[in-house]
Formats: sequence, C-alpha cells, structure tokens
Amino acid sequence: MKRLNLFAALLLTVLLAAPAFAADTIKIGFNIPLTGDIPEVGEGSKNAAEMYLADINGAGGLEVGGKKYMLEFIYMDNESKAESAVNAALKLIEQEDVVAIIGPNSSKQAVPGGGTANDNRVPMISPWSTNPDTTFERPWVFRAAFLDPFQGPVVANFAAKKFSAKTAAVLFDVSNDYSKGLAEIFKSSWEAKKLGPVVAFESHGTKDQDFSAQLTTIIAAKPDFIFVPDNYNQVALVIPQARDLGYKGPFMGSDAWGTPDLVKLCGEQCNGQYFSTHYAAAGAKGATKVFIDRYMEKYGAEPADYAALTWDSIGLLVEGIKNAGKVESSPRKMRAAIRDGLAAIKSFDGITGSSKFDEQGDPIKCAVVVKISDAGTFVFEESVCP
Amino acid sequence: MDFIIQNILNALQWGSFYALIALGYTLVYGVLRLINFAHGDIFMVGAYISFFVAGFLLGPTIGLSPAIAFAVTVPLTMALTSLVGVTLERVAYRPLRRKGAHRLYVVITALMCGLILEYSNLAVLGASRLKFPALLEKQIWHLGGVTLTNLKVLVIVTAILVFVFLQWVVTKTRIGMAMRGISYDKFAIPLMGIPIDTIIVFTFVLGSGFAGLAGLLFAMSYPVLEPFMGMLIGWKAFIAAVVGGIGDIKGAFVGGFLLGFIEVGVVTVFPSTYRDLFAFTILLLILWVKPTGLFGMPQSTKI
Repeated sequence: MKRLNLFAALLLTVLLAAPAFAADTIKIGFNIPLTGDIPEVGEGSKNAAEMYLADINGAGGLEVGGKKYMLEFIYMDNESKAESAVNAALKLIEQEDVVAIIGPNSSKQAVPGGGTANDNRVPMISPWSTNPDTTFERPWVFRAAFLDPFQGPVVANFAAKKFSAKTAAVLFDVSNDYSKGLAEIFKSSWEAKKLGPVVAFESHGTKDQDFSAQLTTIIAAKPDFIFVPDNYNQVALVIPQARDLGYKGPFMGSDAWGTPDLVKLCGEQCNGQYFSTHYAAAGAKGATKVFIDRYMEKYGAEPADYAALTWDSIGLLVEGIKNAGKVESSPRKMRAAIRDGLAAIKSFDGITGSSKFDEQGDPIKCAVVVKISDAGTFVFEESVCP
Repeated sequence: MDFIIQNILNALQWGSFYALIALGYTLVYGVLRLINFAHGDIFMVGAYISFFVAGFLLGPTIGLSPAIAFAVTVPLTMALTSLVGVTLERVAYRPLRRKGAHRLYVVITALMCGLILEYSNLAVLGASRLKFPALLEKQIWHLGGVTLTNLKVLVIVTAILVFVFLQWVVTKTRIGMAMRGISYDKFAIPLMGIPIDTIIVFTFVLGSGFAGLAGLLFAMSYPVLEPFMGMLIGWKAFIAAVVGGIGDIKGAFVGGFLLGFIEVGVVTVFPSTYRDLFAFTILLLILWVKPTGLFGMPQSTKI
C-alpha cells in the first residue's frame, strides 16, 4: 500500500510538472535520432531547428492572425529505432501536448511514427523520409523530401549513363524500410530499362558488421556496379570489405550516404563514388547559401541534407500555422487547423529547392547526384528533375 | 570452386572472432562456474582501448610508424583490457563471492556490469561512431579467383594460436591444474595451500586480455566502433561456447568456428533474413542431441 501511495504521489508530481498548454506559445515536437545507429542525423536536425527557433523567437515570435506567439521546440530521442519512434511520438502527443511533430527522419522510424501521428490526429512532417508508405493514405502526415519511386530511377539512369553499366547488383538492409523499399524500386526500374539484369540482390541485417558472404556472391556475379542504399555507417564497412574481396568497380548510393561522417568513417576508399541526394552544399546560391554559411559559422560544419530538410520542414509547418490563421487554445483544435493549413500549401520555395505538393502531401522536387571527391567532399555532379 | 574457398575463408575469419570471445566465456566459466555476461562488453572496451592506444602511438606526440605502433598496441591493449576485467572481478564479483551469494546473483551482476560498460561509454564518448586508424598496411593477395588480405590471415592464425596457448595453459601448467582444481571443488582447494583469489585473478587476466586482442583485431577488420558493438557478438559467442560445451577450451574454439561457418554458409545460399533462424535452429538441434555441448561433461549443477 505504501508503495502504491508513493507511486500515486510520483504520478501526480509528473502530471503537475507537465506544463499546461499556454495560449501564447506554440509547442512543436521533434522526433529525432539523438542516439543509436544514426546520431549524426538527429544532431544535424536539432542544430537546424535551434537556428530556426532563435530566428523566430529573436524576432519576438511568430505572427499568426495579428498576434505574436513564441515557439517552443521539444526534442525527443527515438534512438534510431522503429519502436522508440512510436513511443517518442506518443510522449510528444500525450505528455507534451504538442500541436505538430517534425520527424522522424529515416523511413525506418518515419513509417511507424507516421502511423502513430495519423492515428492520434496530429500533423507530422518528416524531413528526410523517402519511403512512400510514410505518407500513403495518411492525411495527417507530410514530408519535405522526394520519394523513393523517384530516387530509384534517378540512380538507375545515372549509373546506366555514367558507368555504361549493363548489369547491376544490390546490397541492402532488409530490416530497414527505407533501404528495402529503395532496393526494390531500384531493381524494378533497372529491369525496366532493359539494359541487362540485376545479377545479385543480397540483403543483410542492421547490426551486421561482416558482409563478406553477401559480397562474395555479388562479386562472383560480376556486376558493372553495386547499388548500396544503406546508412552511412554500413557503407563505411561495405566498401572496404568489397575492395578486400577484389571488387574494383564503382558503387552507387542513395541519400542516406549524405553525411560528413561517411567520409570520416570510410576514409579514402569511399572517394570517387556517387550517390543521389536532396541538395549539394558546394556551389549553392541564394537562400541556400545563406543557410549554409550561417550553419557553418554556428556549428563549424557543413549542414548535411537532413539539416537543410529539417529547416524546410519547419518552414512548411510555419506556413501551415500561418494558413490556419489563428491559434486555438485547445491542442486538438489547433492540430486540425494546422493540418488543414498544411494541406492548403500548393507549392513551397525552400532551401532544398522548390516543390509542388500532390494529393498525398508529397513534394515533387528535383534530386541531385553528388560525387565524393578525392578530398572527401560532396561535389555536385548533376541535377535530375521529375 | 573459388567461390566455395572464398566463403570458407570468410567463415574462418568471422568464426575466429566468435572463437576468441567464446574462449573468454569458457575460461571464466570453467574456473568459477560463472557466466561472465560482461565479456562481450569487455571485448568492446578492448576495441576502444586499442583505438586510443593506436591513436596515441600514431599521433603527433609519439609518431610511430604503423608497423611498430601495431607491435606496441597489441601488448598494451591486452594489458589494459585485462586490467578492466580484473577491476570488474574486484568490484563486482569478488564481494558477492565473499558474501557467499548464489551464482545466479553474480550472473545478474555480470549482465549489469555489461550494461554499465556500454552506457558509460555512451555517456563519455557520445553516440557518434569512431573510425579505427589503419595499423597494418593492407595487402590483398589474389590466388586464382580467391582473394586474401594479410589481416584475414592474421586474424585466423591468431585465433588458432590463442586456442593452442590456452589449451596448453589449462592442461599442461601448474596454474592450469589449479584452475581445474577450483572448478572441481573450490572449498577443498584453499586447504591445499592454493591461493584461490590469485588463480581467479589470473583467469580474468587471461580471458579479458584475449578479449582485448579480439577487440583490436575486430576493430582492424571492421574499423567502425560503437558502444554496442560487443552486445550481439558477445551473446552469439556465448551460445557458441555453450554448444561447444561451456568450460571446455576445445569446445569454445570449435563452437565459435561452427557458428561462423553456419552463418556464412546460410547467407551464401539463402537470403540473410534466414541466417539467425537457421544458425540457431542448428545449434538447438545440437544441444537437443547433446545437452552438455559437443565437448562438455555432464554436471550435477549448472546455471
């Protein structure tokens, strides 16, 4: 009984401590990976968000319907895990009473996290997720990135042209929605080109460190290039291991490669490879350049694509709130108003390019192919538009 | 044919790591009847220690050439890692043993120690992964259609040498005899004038030292370090040790390579999703036929 009382007292304390929804602030939750497999991604997102927050609140708040409201950002770690992304979303919705959620970034967390947001009728914008399932038939879920059905053909077309490839091989992470989805889309778009077959289609698990068995199978099939839609930490192991096993051909990657950590972990062996992504920092102009310069000055590193996409996601959300026209005191009403405001956005000019939105709430925008230079920087190679 | 030989080499390398870690499990179990669940994390700590040692030796203050740095890193890593193992024994296991706690509590303590090692690493070094510096100049040899690196050969040879060494220590030396004696009857042994604590510390020095060596070789082969790298491989190596017959040096060695061969073999033929399913089904079948493992002796009490 004593223990029960203690528990009740604790519960009460927690409930009282949770700040009530105040009408003069707008609370936005971030469901991002601050630890786990891809901590760099969470860090970059948070950095971009902090910059945006300082801009808005430094100017006295966000003006909605003639009144200024301060923004409050709450960062929740989803540990780069699917199940934790659901928990983080629930915590943001139920305990923190946020009116909208930015994130999760990776499709592995964004697909389940999007389901939670949609079921609880909370608007969510995923900055980085490219898997169609994240927003598919989910009216409450939006995104800032292009989709894998677009990215797959971009990779296939580029590789066919650049490497004069006839055959392709794929190595992907089977327990990652993003990697698996993209691998399958790539396979069908490569086969649709009728240049040659996908000679090997091999999978591995998220925690795997040894890929020698899969790579031996792939190399024995003699592909013209290997497509690796893996996270950067796995790529840093895959490429050196393939070289050790005698593979000399090129690799092609996807937007999950695009972090400065790839070069740090992989070293020289990743130089000269190509990947498709959302934007290239080198050679940026206009608002993109302003963002990159400010970010560099504040954090001492070039912002990766997820940082830029988080910036654009917040931009989209701000646009949605402005479209809502006024701030409701009940979080539930406010969420619905923001959702309608987001759905009303027809086109958006962000720092990762301008995009139009289709009826699923997905942007239609250009992709870029980036080359990892010999100095280990990401250099713009070409832009591909739908 | 080349394809098969290549995969045998892949399996030998991967199995070497299981074998090296399983040897540490089995050594401690053989003496103390304690499943040291922190062993996988001692392996992780070994990898991190080697990272800092190698980074320091290669760095601007010392500036050794990679080959000499490697030669110094090996003993230094082993010594420092065994220090971690011995510390763990002193602060976590020995006090419980003194109080006569049941073995189950010591096992739970070991599990907690493993988690403490993981999360203190996470707290101190953060979640970002580290890149292990190149210690050996990599050489790739092509023999027909088979590709071999000097590192791969080094890993496999090391695993075999460590096994031979430990087998010799346990069966042929006086201290090995004392170790076997403690496992047989830890109450009678002190009466024979054998310093039981010294022998146990020696066991932890051996087990953790070779976990450190395994960590170093692993970091050289898969040069991306993260705080949880020891968890899964540690569990799997433990299972390998059990299948081999825990407490038996030969069993850990054979069990480690067996698991390596099954895993690589399954991935070669089937999609990787089936790997753990097949691997552990096969191991389960082995235990079903022979519950004490391949080389294990039946005992009246086991955990």
